[in-house]
Amino acid sequence: MALVPLTVAIPLLAAGALAAVKPLSPRRSAQIASIAAAAAVAAVSGVLLARAGGETLVYWFGGWEPRGHVAVGISFLVDPVSAGLVCFAAVLTVAALVFALRYVDVADDLFYVLMLVFLAGMTGFSLAGDLFTAFVFFELMGISAYALAGYNVEQRAPIEGSLNFAVTNTAGSFLLLFGIGLLYGRAGALNLAQLGEALAPESADGLVIVAFVLIAAGFLVKAAAVPFHFWLADAYAVARTPVCILLAAVMSELGLYGLARVYWAVFSGSLGPSHEELRIVLVALGVLTALVGAAMTLLQGHLKRLLAFATMAYVGLMLVGVGLLEAEALAGAAVFVVGDGFLKAALFVCVGIVQHRTGDVDEADLHGAGRPMRWTGLVLVVATAAVCSLPPFGAFLGKSMIEHGASAVDYGWLVALYVAVPALVGAALLRAAARVFLGVGTRAPGGRDPGAEPEEPESEPESRTPVSMFATAVALLACGLAIGLWPGLSGDAVAAAHRFIDRAGYAAVGLGGAGATDVREGHFSSYTPAAHDYLLAALTMAGAAGLAWLSLFRDPRRLPGGRVLQRPLHTLRRLHSGHVGDYLAWLAAGTAVFGGCCALALGT
Amino acid sequence: MSPRGRAWLFVGGALGMALLLAWGLAGVPGSDVPLGRYAGLLADHAVAERHTTNVVIATAFDYRALDTLGEEFLLFVAAVGTTVLLRATREERDEERAARLDEQRGVATSDSLRALGTGLVGPTVVLGVYVTAHGQLTPGGGFQGGVVLAAALLAVYVAGTWLALRHVAPVSALELSEAVGAGGFVLVGIGGLLFAAVFLENFLPFGTKGDVLSGGMVPLANLAVGLEVAGAFGVILTELLDQIVLRRSASG
Amino acid sequence: MTAVAYVVAVWLLLIGLYGAVTSRHLVHLVVCLTVAQSSTYVLLLAVGYRDGADAPIFADIPVGSPVVDPIVQALTLTDVVVEATVVALLLALTVQARKRFGTVDPDGIRELHG
Repeated sequence: MALVPLTVAIPLLAAGALAAVKPLSPRRSAQIASIAAAAAVAAVSGVLLARAGGETLVYWFGGWEPRGHVAVGISFLVDPVSAGLVCFAAVLTVAALVFALRYVDVADDLFYVLMLVFLAGMTGFSLAGDLFTAFVFFELMGISAYALAGYNVEQRAPIEGSLNFAVTNTAGSFLLLFGIGLLYGRAGALNLAQLGEALAPESADGLVIVAFVLIAAGFLVKAAAVPFHFWLADAYAVARTPVCILLAAVMSELGLYGLARVYWAVFSGSLGPSHEELRIVLVALGVLTALVGAAMTLLQGHLKRLLAFATMAYVGLMLVGVGLLEAEALAGAAVFVVGDGFLKAALFVCVGIVQHRTGDVDEADLHGAGRPMRWTGLVLVVATAAVCSLPPFGAFLGKSMIEHGASAVDYGWLVALYVAVPALVGAALLRAAARVFLGVGTRAPGGRDPGAEPEEPESEPESRTPVSMFATAVALLACGLAIGLWPGLSGDAVAAAHRFIDRAGYAAVGLGGAGATDVREGHFSSYTPAAHDYLLAALTMAGAAGLAWLSLFRDPRRLPGGRVLQRPLHTLRRLHSGHVGDYLAWLAAGTAVFGGCCALALGT
Repeated sequence: MSPRGRAWLFVGGALGMALLLAWGLAGVPGSDVPLGRYAGLLADHAVAERHTTNVVIATAFDYRALDTLGEEFLLFVAAVGTTVLLRATREERDEERAARLDEQRGVATSDSLRALGTGLVGPTVVLGVYVTAHGQLTPGGGFQGGVVLAAALLAVYVAGTWLALRHVAPVSALELSEAVGAGGFVLVGIGGLLFAAVFLENFLPFGTKGDVLSGGMVPLANLAVGLEVAGAFGVILTELLDQIVLRRSASG
Repeated sequence: MTAVAYVVAVWLLLIGLYGAVTSRHLVHLVVCLTVAQSSTYVLLLAVGYRDGADAPIFADIPVGSPVVDPIVQALTLTDVVVEATVVALLLALTVQARKRFGTVDPDGIRELHG
């Protein structure tokens, strides 16, 4: 039990120590110390994950146990989902730090300090059982990310990217605080379990609905749902690869986790009667996010922006899984987050290797430049196929579970989305891979704008791919495969999801004092993908390959529908202007529309 | 988007948000109801349990100490992040050397400003230490005291030159103070883990209410936070002030 | 009485965001965000206010007398720190923007788009 606080204490103490001895220590020891700290967190959380499989653990800080059903202190609640996310984040941090070993562009030890605090923020946010503590660690995570995104201030783009990132996410945190203030005003409590108990008996009135809208909007800004998503591509395009690994694979997904946790622990009692209407709103939002992300992915020539929009499209798919408000879909979304997260990380590492070797990241300029890096290209293509649901990778399993859960609540038509979006994203990736690594097909249009400053390389171009970088890519790919092959994972995930959505059970553990447990009764069978799942996967991959071939060898304007789509796609691209005022305006408009939809759905 | 389009889009969104917020705020109970159960519990028991008279500090440093730990590290990231973001590039390091030579020749400050600044430094430092040390008894605490101490640093800059500030408070000392403060808070928590089996549990003797050393670990935590805040704000101020010197040397 | 406070909170949030949206100077934008953030302080403290109650410091008053909510005050402390942190980072970015782009007008900082 004493292990629980170590997940937060270890990275924070290590960060403080690294900062204190900075003038004295050589770079190597800082690197090793930070990798050791991250690995320690991974080990501790792995142990907790194993223990939490049977029973949810609660840890009260400062020894402040609840009195008479009133939470006096702050708790961490360890259940399979939260412990799993912590372990996932820690493993990815180790991967990112290993990748950064050969990174010339890391100017000083403070990079490692920031990465460790970033990990601590993600850890604290996942485990928090108190709404305000979740907010504090959410901000800690965000602020470290702003600094890491803008790390390379010698160039112009990181300044703009970090600025847009920081301003937009800060506005999101205002919304979050307003929601917290409203909930505290009503319930006089900050503990998630206690809030759920306080709200459950009564039906939802204006305050509860608006509090949900505000808190959800705050988390959706971090998760980059439409129209809160504009900051995502700017930030991912300028952040260095080790940072992108964490941003893409974990940070946005934690926004979805926050939404799910707060909904199920706090609001499911009072909003439960209208959950079918809420399902419509959340699924619609997810579909919109996925489609916009997929469309923008196809239009990108900058490899990292391409991956950024691909991440956004997949966040849309995960949002649909969460928004279905159903246990199996939620389990599928959790598996999908982890399985796809490893693959996205592998993709970013491959692009990072290309950038390390050539000093460039624009598809047009790199035409054929990747030919010496055949193995990296191979890893990238395998990862792309896995992202398009190649069995038996984890992404395939997660996606199938979500589709199964969707059909259980009559949303079976979503299958079309889960074929179309990965196909579009996969097509963009395959097209880029073919251009860069094989030098085939038409050259990408444009390249950088004339007059724009040439993008400075992340490091001096090298003639060989460092082993640490390539090994990281392969290891991440292997982890993605392992998720798909892990015995009994889907059964465990479904059991964990049932525990996650059980508000009364959460409250019993959350307010029951140290060591309170609930042992899940009932047996949940593993989900084995059926024949139609394999068929859909094949269809997705074929679609991706076909679309890639079309865009490499045919002019898009001559295709059927190409003319019609040209104007809207052009407008969509223009909207992503890079101007922070635009982003804030969309945020306000989006909050109002999302709030209006929820009011209509839940208020009647 | 054109500036007008942007403004109109926002105004539309803001109107919607105003309606939503009004609808939500209408449901908050007024100020005539008694305190909620959580707040009432703390208000009634904090003094007896923690031997502190300031319930807000007891809340922040004991009952909800984990939030304060996170908050400490927020400031830590602010200082580290500012250092990282204002890191001198290779070209700028030469300029900085030229700027130091300039500053050594001294920049003329008015006499009244120098007198005021010098006069303020002493009392400000005393006030900062007092507020930090008495957090558990009276309004104040580590955060407020730390900010007051940082203001003393600013008074040094106003009274003298940037070089004087660098002499009185070299950046390495500030960074050390800040890191030690941040790490110190974690160590207090680990102390709780070791001596009382729970992280951040109050493991020191409580003392008598009204004494400076009452409240168990609260004075220690206050000290750590005060060190951290003063260090962090000092680093941020120094980094930003460095930029002024750079600009001056670049133009003059 | 607290109704006024809530109106002020909503007004501060929206006018602060409006200033940020239409800003032509990054420092002005940062200060507008500060204004918007202060709306959260007003909201939190207004939620905790009680008529006729004292500050929650029992140095002179006996335990058990009516006080305002101490918890929201601790939350507001944390909130202030969050804001200070973001402002510090944003101002550092502003300084760098001036150096690299030669301007602090958001309209002039257009390296990333599409």
